[in-house]
Amino acid sequence: MKIIIVGCGKVGTTLAEQLNKENHDITLIDQDAQALEKVTNSIDVMGVAGNGAVYAVQMEAGIHDSDLLIATTNSDELNMLCCLIAKKAGNCHTIARIRNPEYAAEINFIREEMNLSLAINPDLAAAREISRLLKFPSAIKIDTFAKGRVEIMKFQIPEGSVLHDLKVWEVSSKLKLSVLICAVERGNDVVIPNGNFQLKAGDKVSFIASPAKAMRFFKEVGIENNSVKNAILVGGGRITYYLAKMLEDSPIKLKIVEQDLKRCRKLSEELPGVMVIHGDGSDQQLLMEEGIRQTEAFAALTGFDEENMILSLFAGTQSKAKLITKVNRTTFEGVVDGMNLGSVIYPKLITADTILQYVRAMQNSLGSNVETLYKIVADKAEALEFRVGEDAPMVGIPLEKLSFKANLLVACINRNGKIITPRGKDTIEVGDTVIIVTTNTGLKDLKDILR
Amino acid sequence: MNIKIIFYFLGWVLNIEALLMVLPCMVSLLYGDGQLLSFLGVMALCMVIGWLTTHKRPANMVFYAKEGFVAVALIWVVLSFFGALPFRISGQIPSMTDAMFETISGFTTTGASILTNVEGLSPSMLMWRSFTHWVGGMGVLVFILAILPLAGGGYTMHIMRAESPGPSVGKLAPKVKTTAKILYGIYLAMTVVQIFLLLLGGMPLFDSLATSFGTAGTGGFGIKNSSIAYYDSYYLQGVVTVFMILFGVNFNVYYLLLVRQFKDAFSCEEARAYLAVIGASILLITLNIRGSFESLFDAFHHAAFQVASIITTTGFSTVDFDVWPQFSKTILVGLMFIGACAGSTGGGMKVSRILIWLKSLKNELSALIHPRSVKVLKLEKKALDSGVMRSVNNYFIAYFFIFAVSVLIVSLDNFDFNSTFTAVAATFNNIGPGLGAVGPACNFSELSVLSKYVLMFDMLAGRLEIFPMLILFSPSTWQKGW
Repeated sequence: MKIIIVGCGKVGTTLAEQLNKENHDITLIDQDAQALEKVTNSIDVMGVAGNGAVYAVQMEAGIHDSDLLIATTNSDELNMLCCLIAKKAGNCHTIARIRNPEYAAEINFIREEMNLSLAINPDLAAAREISRLLKFPSAIKIDTFAKGRVEIMKFQIPEGSVLHDLKVWEVSSKLKLSVLICAVERGNDVVIPNGNFQLKAGDKVSFIASPAKAMRFFKEVGIENNSVKNAILVGGGRITYYLAKMLEDSPIKLKIVEQDLKRCRKLSEELPGVMVIHGDGSDQQLLMEEGIRQTEAFAALTGFDEENMILSLFAGTQSKAKLITKVNRTTFEGVVDGMNLGSVIYPKLITADTILQYVRAMQNSLGSNVETLYKIVADKAEALEFRVGEDAPMVGIPLEKLSFKANLLVACINRNGKIITPRGKDTIEVGDTVIIVTTNTGLKDLKDILR
Repeated sequence: MNIKIIFYFLGWVLNIEALLMVLPCMVSLLYGDGQLLSFLGVMALCMVIGWLTTHKRPANMVFYAKEGFVAVALIWVVLSFFGALPFRISGQIPSMTDAMFETISGFTTTGASILTNVEGLSPSMLMWRSFTHWVGGMGVLVFILAILPLAGGGYTMHIMRAESPGPSVGKLAPKVKTTAKILYGIYLAMTVVQIFLLLLGGMPLFDSLATSFGTAGTGGFGIKNSSIAYYDSYYLQGVVTVFMILFGVNFNVYYLLLVRQFKDAFSCEEARAYLAVIGASILLITLNIRGSFESLFDAFHHAAFQVASIITTTGFSTVDFDVWPQFSKTILVGLMFIGACAGSTGGGMKVSRILIWLKSLKNELSALIHPRSVKVLKLEKKALDSGVMRSVNNYFIAYFFIFAVSVLIVSLDNFDFNSTFTAVAATFNNIGPGLGAVGPACNFSELSVLSKYVLMFDMLAGRLEIFPMLILFSPSTWQKGW
């Protein structure tokens, strides 16, 4: 497909990189010619310098024969204008990043009126992810496949767990549970384990199971997995607001620590059930006073990455709370992941992932058949859900007779809503969706999984 | 530095070179000139080395600007070395230095020859010699980028930039691969049209192929001792004239025509300036040489041919312009330096650089008179950023120094200044014939071995726009971990 991306910030660049890997023709528009040059030097995309909402600039980028325009600048209004003009000029699909909460309330109206295919709110998406984590605190990351019937979860094996020193093939027989361990992160390496792989405490394990089985699995391996009862949120920004709004009806009690008195009043006004505390989140005594030692979850959501990291590290020394850390900059992902920060939330990557999912779904109608993509570790391992078409070469052949690429795993088959954990004798049939876990990033079609 | 990926690229270049040699092999079979074994031998050698280096993809496919420059420079040297082997093995050019000179002159589309009797070469050798022009014109790496699925992650832009001529290289399509395909498509189509038109004028197939290759790459190897003068027909020489000019135009213009953006295509500042310079030069030279030709049309015809040949840095000739009046010769020498458009197959400094200099000069003047005025330099309706300005200026400095040093070394051969100066100008700008001892009626065989190596370097530096060659030979490039 031909895709135009307006704005080459982190979201735009991440999208360009991933979509280029999936063999789309990408043109980037940005005001800043130098930033543009930096991106076009490292990614095989074309750059057009200029204001993305200007008709002539869009024409230069080839809007007339483009399939999709994604507006990801940091101005909501500009994004909407870009999409509006693109719709008129090129009659293509449009995706806009709209983050102002004032618009969020009427997002459906805006979407309909402006004919947007997708309006993405990064803060809302991040808040959704955090709320899922609060309800499922043992997992570092959760994502769903097959319309919610299957979940992929990542958790860290605690010291003294029965999983320590266990081989992968022993897991299901010992625990009498069919979960599929599909990726293990140890240090900087990501492994797709075979049966003889030995698990160790400290490994971050991603597994696939139905939600019910996931619950039982956590119980069997000795990990508490009940929804948290209370949480301290430091920073009263947009994510906090959305999160509190989402959890309004849940039994989770929230405390929000915010520096700005005006903001505190506003939050208190709009979130009646939440305790809002006016104070500096980096004030240790205040945190102690407010019960950081007793809290079951602690989320650092201020606007400063460094502060968030330090706060989470501090909370980690004080309690066994589930830690959630928001980090905006993604440059040092590797380093950040190595620190004891609990679940790290990158709102920009979440945004990019959501848009990618939409693009893939769009691509479905044009030939490729990736349904969902979930990144286990950015650029190192991913899980993809494919729909099996008529022309798939492996239909009807038992899996043990197929020769797959190295470092690739058929993790799950969904046949009309029935979840099959595949064994050697199982087959893939037309109409199934299959979940593939692989370290070969950039798969586009089911046939790519074969050697 | 990622040496492995450079070797991987080198391997592919050798594979491609083996593939390219199929053409002279076919010619050899057709004419039975007994050179088949020389080509087959070199092909086998290329393929063995190519296979050894390419059968396994390096694990780390990432490369940066540095690798791009080094790979391009190195690849052109290696390409020329293996391209020279058939000449040497067959004994048609007995000295390796001469064979290298001839091949580098071919790939860099210079067209400077050390052969005193071109017609003495066998047909397959002649075809290979002309074919190197065609390959070198658009660039070998661009070709590789067009056909190979390399380094999906990007970074190929560094290669494209290092090999394509011009101060700022852009893409025509979002992907480098598509861009390379479009460029080669246009190039191939135009070449085929020229072959067809030459055939129509009664030129034999072999000759029209070789001549078209020479024109398309703006190379200038003739297959007759008297170059294009041998085809004594206004039509044939006219076709060559027109196509030389066409191949000197920025290929972006053709792309714009292709996608029906006629307005943008015709408002291309560089192409207009280029055509204006050609028009003015033809007019002045025609007036200047009118007396020595039978008719005004004759004078115009030869002036046009020579101007086209020199400004596009092709180097074909229909007459010995060394005997023309000094005024005409001076214009021609001036044209040598201007060169063709950026993004074409021609060499020289490129019209766009000259335009940038003129505009910046004009700005400087107005800045002196109005010290507080703010003025942004624009080319093709786009503001030029300081990076382009800097690289254009430094290009000139590097150009000047290399030129001066080359003249100094070549002057050891003790030719007159005219010959020494134009020998360097003609090779550094990838033209071919100069004046005096290296004029259109003479050639480069008289030069010493040292001078030949200096000129070989100049040809490569000229084709690759200096910096890749400088980077290849700069010690800091090869320091570990720097």
